Amino acid sequence: MRKILFISRKSPYGTSAPREALDAILAASAYDQDLSLLFMDDGVFQLIKNQRSKKIEQKSMEASLQALELYGIDNIYCQEESLVSRGLENTDLIFDKIKLLNNQAINDLMANQDQLISF
Amino acid sequence: MLFSLLVMSAPYSSQSSQTAFSFAKTLLSEGHQIHRVFFYGDGIHNASSLASPPQDEINLPIQWKHLAEQKNIDLVVCIAASLRRGLLNEEEARRHEKPAANLESPFEISGLGQLLEAAVVSDRLITFGT
Repeated sequence: MRKILFISRKSPYGTSAPREALDAILAASAYDQDLSLLFMDDGVFQLIKNQRSKKIEQKSMEASLQALELYGIDNIYCQEESLVSRGLENTDLIFDKIKLLNNQAINDLMANQDQLISF
Repeated sequence: MLFSLLVMSAPYSSQSSQTAFSFAKTLLSEGHQIHRVFFYGDGIHNASSLASPPQDEINLPIQWKHLAEQKNIDLVVCIAASLRRGLLNEEEARRHEKPAANLESPFEISGLGQLLEAAVVSDRLITFGT
């Protein structure tokens, strides 16, 4: 079993990258590997509650991200510095149990992986 | 060492597509092996048989084709990303009742499982174009 970290770094609706990151990790969940997902940089905006993306003809990332739990992906992390620098707090986020990591912890997390896939 | 590449940028829009191709060629010339090149997101446009750049510019789909045929490399485009963007092989063109197919050979259309499999079996997975 290999340790694979998916990193999602883009805001939810500006590009297709966040949705493609989510699709990739959901597909990967079928292969019995040790998967983790890290939100950093503008990727933390995907985690904000009460998204109303119908107004711009987009599926809600907030709703789509709920699939992570159904697919058994529990290792979900968020870079603390990205949140703080964007004026966000963990009470703004859709996942109660998301783990906030400082930069040292992110270094350790990445160093511990077999593969990183960045979106 | 066994490598796989993930290409996520379109040719001509982003230098990353050219960098990925140059990296692939260099890997092989240095004695490494490539398990798979997986094209995802806008990267699928690297597989269009209809790309017609000016003659004094590189034709990336054709360059990938030649490299893959010479070196027997697995070139895979993501089916979900391809169908959304209008890149179809004969089978998908029939299935969706479209007038034409435009997937260059030997690129193949397959699912995201091929990306995960590449991450699992390769020593290194290198991403281009995020």
